[in-house]
Amino acid sequence: MATEEINVVEEVGHEEHDHDHHGNFWTTYVFSTDHKTIAKQFLITGIFWALLGGILSVIFRLQLGFPESSIEWLRPFLGDWITGDGKLDPEFYLALVTMHGTIMVFFVLTAGLSGTFSNFLIPLQIGARDMASGFMNMLSYWFFFASSVVMFTSLFIETGPASGGWVIYPPLSALPQAVNGSGLGMTLWLVSMALFIVSTLLGGINYITTVINMRTKGMSFSKLPLTIWAFFLTAVIGLLSFPVLFSAALLLIFDRHFGTSFFLSDIYINGEALPNQGGSPILFQHLFWFLGHPEVYIVLLPALGITSEVISTNARKPIFGYYAMIGSMLAIGFLSFIVWAHHMFVTGMNPFLGSVFTILTLIIAVPSAIKVFNYITTLWGGNIRFTPGMMFSIGLVSFFISGGLTGIALGNSAVDIQLHDTYFVVAHFHLVMGSASFFGLMAGVYHWFPKMFGRMMSNKLGSIHFWLTFAGVYLVFFPMHYIGVAGFPRRYYSFTNFDTFNDFTDLNVLVSIAAIVTLAAQFIFLFNFFYSIFRGKLAPANPWGSTTLEWTTPRFPKHGNWPGEIPAVYRWPYDYSKPGADEDFIPQTVPYSETPESNTPAENEKIKLETNGDEIVVKQNGDSH
Amino acid sequence: MFEFLIALGVLLIIGILILMFRVEILVGVARKKDDTDPGSGSSNNVNAWLFILFALVGTALFLWYSFGEADRYTLPLASDHGFETDQLFNITMWITGVVFVITNIVLFYFSYRYRYRKGQKAVYYPHNNKLEVIWTVVPAIVMAVLIGKGLIVWGDIMEDAPDNSEVIEIMGYQFAWDVRYSGKDNEFGEYDYRNIDGANLFGLDLEDEGSYDDFSALEIHIPKGQTVLLKIRARDVLHSVFLPHFRVKMDAVPGMITQFKFVANKSTQEMRDELNDPEFNYELACTEVCGRGHFSMRKILVVDEPEDYAKWKEQQKAWLKLNPDYLSKVPENLRETAIVKAGLTKEDINSLEASLY
Repeated sequence: MATEEINVVEEVGHEEHDHDHHGNFWTTYVFSTDHKTIAKQFLITGIFWALLGGILSVIFRLQLGFPESSIEWLRPFLGDWITGDGKLDPEFYLALVTMHGTIMVFFVLTAGLSGTFSNFLIPLQIGARDMASGFMNMLSYWFFFASSVVMFTSLFIETGPASGGWVIYPPLSALPQAVNGSGLGMTLWLVSMALFIVSTLLGGINYITTVINMRTKGMSFSKLPLTIWAFFLTAVIGLLSFPVLFSAALLLIFDRHFGTSFFLSDIYINGEALPNQGGSPILFQHLFWFLGHPEVYIVLLPALGITSEVISTNARKPIFGYYAMIGSMLAIGFLSFIVWAHHMFVTGMNPFLGSVFTILTLIIAVPSAIKVFNYITTLWGGNIRFTPGMMFSIGLVSFFISGGLTGIALGNSAVDIQLHDTYFVVAHFHLVMGSASFFGLMAGVYHWFPKMFGRMMSNKLGSIHFWLTFAGVYLVFFPMHYIGVAGFPRRYYSFTNFDTFNDFTDLNVLVSIAAIVTLAAQFIFLFNFFYSIFRGKLAPANPWGSTTLEWTTPRFPKHGNWPGEIPAVYRWPYDYSKPGADEDFIPQTVPYSETPESNTPAENEKIKLETNGDEIVVKQNGDSH
Repeated sequence: MFEFLIALGVLLIIGILILMFRVEILVGVARKKDDTDPGSGSSNNVNAWLFILFALVGTALFLWYSFGEADRYTLPLASDHGFETDQLFNITMWITGVVFVITNIVLFYFSYRYRYRKGQKAVYYPHNNKLEVIWTVVPAIVMAVLIGKGLIVWGDIMEDAPDNSEVIEIMGYQFAWDVRYSGKDNEFGEYDYRNIDGANLFGLDLEDEGSYDDFSALEIHIPKGQTVLLKIRARDVLHSVFLPHFRVKMDAVPGMITQFKFVANKSTQEMRDELNDPEFNYELACTEVCGRGHFSMRKILVVDEPEDYAKWKEQQKAWLKLNPDYLSKVPENLRETAIVKAGLTKEDINSLEASLY
């Protein structure tokens, strides 16, 4: 304890003289243009949403696991959403499912993941003082915040939040007569998503511009850490696909409020024939999934990028197949745009399209397999340190395998006939996209916490958090495969109406208990996180022995990141355990001229390039460490 | 009071845990534990072992449930094409299942095997083109095989139904299904959603002769061994026709007719005998979220022997016969035809005339 206190004092004394930017409370913590602060804002908002999304899921898991028991005790929170006999209202059940999906996909795994780590790591890892436009970056967060406020508000209105599923298929989402949630709740959903898309685009433009234009001296694309490659491609995918969701939302707004018929036709509801004719609900699905499928990779790629970095660092080995990793991400990014209709095999789409999309979809398995094999080979022959970040990364790879493989069944149109919209799908995407990305997020938080807050999180609590969550997630989602093979449809409030689905109460109880335990385990993380921000042990400069640039900044980097010159980069980011080197890592800032003992002949050639006209850079770099 | 005590207890436990956490840190500081190297300390080995334990327990549970409870999660099959799709599903599951077990075990084993040891140096192994080509080509070949088989099966299922198929219309609405047969003339009457009302659920167009002998039924009946073509539509929002035992699923879309053809190869009675369950019924469920009653859109489907099916059809009464009031909507010149085709009797007409005047 005593040592900690002394460290604090020393640190404060040390930092007094090198802060170049200073503003008041509002410009430092609220309307900040510093990418690090914005990243933390995204992270904390994301954590709030993750907690809420998790709680919503536990409420509907109570219904699915214990349909007979009363949840009267939730009345103080849910009010009239609990029916007279202490049961969950079936419409509110749908609202819970819808909001859980929306929150987790967009607010946690898009904004919380990309927003946090793209913002935090892009400038730090490419060697830039900030994003290309700090102001746009700030706007990006505040649009997200506004979007969050609108979505959050929709939880409290009388008719309830949107309840047509997170995919908001019309006509259900277009007609307030069809379900209460399609009234004001859906309007707020659409407004919130419009704001969210603006936020994503503002962020994405910034990420792309920054990566292309603001890399430090020597940081060529082939020296970029895989995290940056992942964030870069994610931003490109987002920029190309989110506008399509925007257009779909816009047309839906027209249908809802201005009497157009883009998605509506021949509808008789509540004793009334609507005037709309000629629209197609299938059109909406095409537009939605043109975003919706790339969105899966918008969620997953950053997690894979983070994992590449964390696994390589903690296995003390270069990532296996750096170029293959980039290539497979490029391939996944490209293919993600031409597989969307595999969500629509049995919607009445032309069967010929089903064949085309089966072929394209299964091709994605190849780059995905490459990534998995490369991760596993990176572990081979390593010297693995099980930091919480590392364990979450290994967990991610496991989920990516387990969830990805079931995608091979679902992607095959003939097999999908039976499995579509059953629990098999729920199991599949929760493992491969939900849990894998969530684990990527967690790996990132544990790994970069020391850089974010200058302090260490507890490894022990991190380990407990990991094991409870890892086992919990498998116990929640693995049994769902069996339930799905048995044909149980998704989004069912209860299964008692059907003889065919009158089984598996035991598995459903198990799943619900596992979900509750998993949620409870997240409080260990929350404690660890917030406690460590204020009272964690002060972090050493480079706690994990990493090669990348962010660890060359001071413990508490100011706006601008590096007090002096931005360091130049001489080598790729994965020189771990290089033969001949003294230490088991060589930072990117170390020129080949300083490491003759570990250079390959090809690298010795590069020394000439370093010194030719670059002496100044080399000298300054030498000073910096 | 009881809740208050529970809350108090929970708070106490949390408080104690935090205290323990704090004490542990302080003890660590006091002992000047060397933690400059994140891999040092016993917890690294504990975690490595836990990965092995996880792999063993996980694999055991997976194998036990997958093989031990296979009968429970496998739905009995009652259609021709379902054999093909089930077979493809099983092939896919065997391939992916083997890959699943092997890759996960390797992942956890490597994590354990190459755990941190003091003084050990990792292997500098940035790439190996041969390996990378192998694990690009092998999955590609496996995918090609699965795609090939999948496309053949998909093509068979989705090809046009033969002309002599039994065509049945299924319509979904909040929150039930209705079914329509073309009647003796084998011709479905036209419909328009603007004709729909409380009794005319299908929106039958009574100016079209085809509609007069169309009939609806409380349970869907289909013949065994004959191609059945479902013409599917929806009246309000999206629904989805799911016949789990027949491996049939197709969305019901308002404003558009979708279809699915299949051959049932086990009658309801045969399935009851096979499962030894006299209560058994084939069921139709909705699999596209459609609102409050989504989970209750059930309809029973009965597979009859062809001769029983013909008999059953014979007994069904035309919709117009059950709703003779609608005769008034039939154009004057077609009334005679309508009366004959719908099988209306004298009494029906008398009561109708009474209402007309």
